[in-house]
Amino acid sequence: MEQLWQSLKIASCALRVNKLRSFLTMLGIIIGIASVIAMVAIGAGAEHIISEQISSMGSNLILVIPGSTKTGGVQMGPGAVPTLTSDDGRAIKSECASVEASAPNIRVGGQIVYANQNWSTQITGITPDFLIVRDWAIVSGRPFTQSDVDGATKNGIIGQTIVKELFGSVDPLGKIVRIRKVPFRIIGVLKKKGQSPQGTDQDDVVMIPLPTAQRKVFGSPFPNAVGAIIVKVRNKNVLSRAEDEITTLLRQRHHISAKKDDDFTVKNLSELLSVASTSSKTMSLLLGAVASISLIVGGIGIMNIMLVSVTERTREIGIRMAVGAQEKDILLQFLTEAVLLTLCGGIIGIGVGVAGATVVSKILDWPTLVSVKAIAVAVVFSGSVGIFFGFYPARKASSLNPIDALRYE
Amino acid sequence: MNEVVNISDVTKVYSMGDMCVEALRGVSLTVASGEFIAIMGASGSGKSTCMNIMGCLDVPTKGEYLLDGVNIGQLNKRELADLRNRKLGFVFQVFNLLPRTSARNNVELPLIYARIQTNERKTLALKALERVGLSDRADHLPNQLSGGQQQRVAIARALVNSPTIILADEPTGNLDSKTSNEVMALFTELNKQGITIIMVTHEPDIAAYASRRVLFRDGLIVSDEANSSRAAANTCVNTASVVADQSTLRDC
Ligand SMILES: Nc1ncnc2c1ncn2[C@@H]1O[C@H](COP(=O)(O)OP(=O)(O)O)[C@@H](O)[C@H]1O
Ligand SMILES: [Mg+2]
Repeated sequence: MEQLWQSLKIASCALRVNKLRSFLTMLGIIIGIASVIAMVAIGAGAEHIISEQISSMGSNLILVIPGSTKTGGVQMGPGAVPTLTSDDGRAIKSECASVEASAPNIRVGGQIVYANQNWSTQITGITPDFLIVRDWAIVSGRPFTQSDVDGATKNGIIGQTIVKELFGSVDPLGKIVRIRKVPFRIIGVLKKKGQSPQGTDQDDVVMIPLPTAQRKVFGSPFPNAVGAIIVKVRNKNVLSRAEDEITTLLRQRHHISAKKDDDFTVKNLSELLSVASTSSKTMSLLLGAVASISLIVGGIGIMNIMLVSVTERTREIGIRMAVGAQEKDILLQFLTEAVLLTLCGGIIGIGVGVAGATVVSKILDWPTLVSVKAIAVAVVFSGSVGIFFGFYPARKASSLNPIDALRYE
Repeated sequence: MNEVVNISDVTKVYSMGDMCVEALRGVSLTVASGEFIAIMGASGSGKSTCMNIMGCLDVPTKGEYLLDGVNIGQLNKRELADLRNRKLGFVFQVFNLLPRTSARNNVELPLIYARIQTNERKTLALKALERVGLSDRADHLPNQLSGGQQQRVAIARALVNSPTIILADEPTGNLDSKTSNEVMALFTELNKQGITIIMVTHEPDIAAYASRRVLFRDGLIVSDEANSSRAAANTCVNTASVVADQSTLRDC
C-alpha cells in the first residue's frame, strides 16, 4: 500500500514536469473514451425511442394485408389487390382460437375541414377492436361501439395533431367537421402516441366507422374490401400458432387450392419491430468498435511516450537502482505512471463524453442515456489500456543494468 | 578487525563487438572495517570499474568478491539491490542527484526503498542533512545549490541508511579546492564515526586524507601502502573550517 502510494506520488510528479506532453499523450485516450461514452449514450437513446415505439404499437400483433408477396414469379407488392374483406376480419376473430381481437381497417389520405381551417391527414376506417389492438386510449368523449359499425354512423374520432391544427383551444367534442366533404360529428379524442417506428406522426389521424369509410367516404369499387387486418393474439407464446390458424382460415375462405400461393400476407409485427431494435443495437456496437480502435491508438501513443520517458530518465533509473530500488519498484513506478495517464485521460474523457451527449440531445432533440455501466467500463478499460501498453516500457526500465543506466548519457 | 571487502583475483573484460578491453586483470584487495582508502592511478587504469564491482553495480568477469563475508557471485538481482540499499552508500563525481527533487527528498530515496515509513524517513533525512551541515537547505532543489552543497546532499544520501561502506568515485573531481577540503573533512568525520570509506581520486592532497593508498595501473594494483603523511592535526583544522563555513553559508 505504502509502496503504491509512493509510486503514485513519484508518477504524478513526473507527469506534472511535462504537463503539455502528458496532456497530448492523454488526448488519444480522452477522445477514445469520450466517443465511447457519447456513442453508447446516443445508441441507448435510440434504443429507448424504439422500445417506446414498439410499446406504442401494441403488443402481440399480427398484420394481415392483401396480396401475395410473390405471385407467379412477378413481384406484386402486398396490398396491391383488394382480396381482404371485413368478413375476413370478423371470421378471424370468431374462428381462430388464439386470436383475442381482430381489427380490419382501411386507410386513405384526405382533407378534413373545420370552420375555415383545413388539414390533410390520414382517414382510417375502423371497428371497435382497432383501439384495443393498438392499445390506444380515448382522453375525452367515447370510442366507437358496435352500433356505430352496424349503423355506419357519421361519427369521428381524432388524434392530438388534428386537435392542435384544426381546433387549437376549442373543445372538439360534438363539433361538425367535413371529411372528404362528408359532414361528421367528433365524438372522441385519442391520447397522444408520438412517432411510429417508421417515423410518421401517429397522432395525425382521423378515425371513422369502417362501413362508413367503405361506402360513404372512399367510394371504392370493392365496397367490402379492407386495407389491412391487425390481429392481437392472446399471448406471445401462441403467435406462430395464430399465424398458422389465420393462414389456414383465409386459404379456405378464399378457396385457394393446395398448389397455389396465398393471396394475402401474414406478418408478425413484433418480429418486424425487434428487427429495428436489433439493427440499432448493431449500430451502437459498430460505433463502439470504432471508438475502441481509437482507444487502442491512444494506448499506442501512451506506450510511445512511456518508451521515450524511460530513455530520457535512464540516469534517474540508475540512481534509484544504485540506492537500492529493486526491479519491481521501477516496474511499479513506470506502470503507475502509465495507468495514471490513462486513468486521467479516461476521467477527462468521461466528462467530455457526457458533455458531448448532453449537447447532442439538446441540439438534435434526441434523448441520450449516459449509463453508469458505460462509465464503469470506460474506467476499467482505460486502466487496462494503461497496464497493457505501459507494461513493456516499464519492463524495459526495470530490466536495465544499474551501471549501464548510471553511465547513460 | 573484520574484513568488509575481500576481492580475490578479479578480472573484468568489456567486449565491444570483436574488440575486448581488459579493464581489470586480476585484482586482489582486502579492506578492513573502519579503513579510509584512497584509490589512485591514471585515467583508464580501472579504478571506476573496480569501484562499481565493489558497489555491486557491476559483476566481475572472473574472480570472487566477499562483501561483509557474503559471496556476491551467488546473489540474485533482488539481493544485490538489497545490499546496495543497506550496506553501501555511493558518492559520484557528477553528484547524481534527482533533478527537480528537493534535497530532503533526494536524501530520503534510499529510505523509500528500505520501506521506511514517511515520518521516520523525514526525521532520518533531516538528521543526515544536519550531519553534512545543510539543515537549512532541505527544501532547495539541486539547481538551487552550489556544487559543494550538491555533493554534501549526495553524501547525506549515502550515509542516511547507516551503511557499512561509502564508495566515492572522484567525489571532489568537480569541486574547487576549498569545497574539496570541506567534503574531505566530512569524510574524515564519518570515518571517525566508524564508516569504511573507499575513495577514488587523482589528487595527492585529497588522497592525503586517507589512511591507506592503493595505486592502479593498467588494470592491476601496483602499490598498496599505509599513508604515513596523513596528519591528524590537518584533519582537525579542516573540520573546524567546515563548521565555520556552515555559519557563513547560513548568512547568505
Ligand atoms: N562500459 C564500458 N565498455 C567498454 N569499455 C569500458 C567500459 N567502462 C570502462 N571501459 C574501459 O575500461 C578501462 C578502465 O576504465 P575505468 O575503470 O573507467 O578507468 P578509470 O576510472 O580508472 O579512469 C578503460 O580503458 C575504459 O575505456
Ligand atoms: Mg573513473
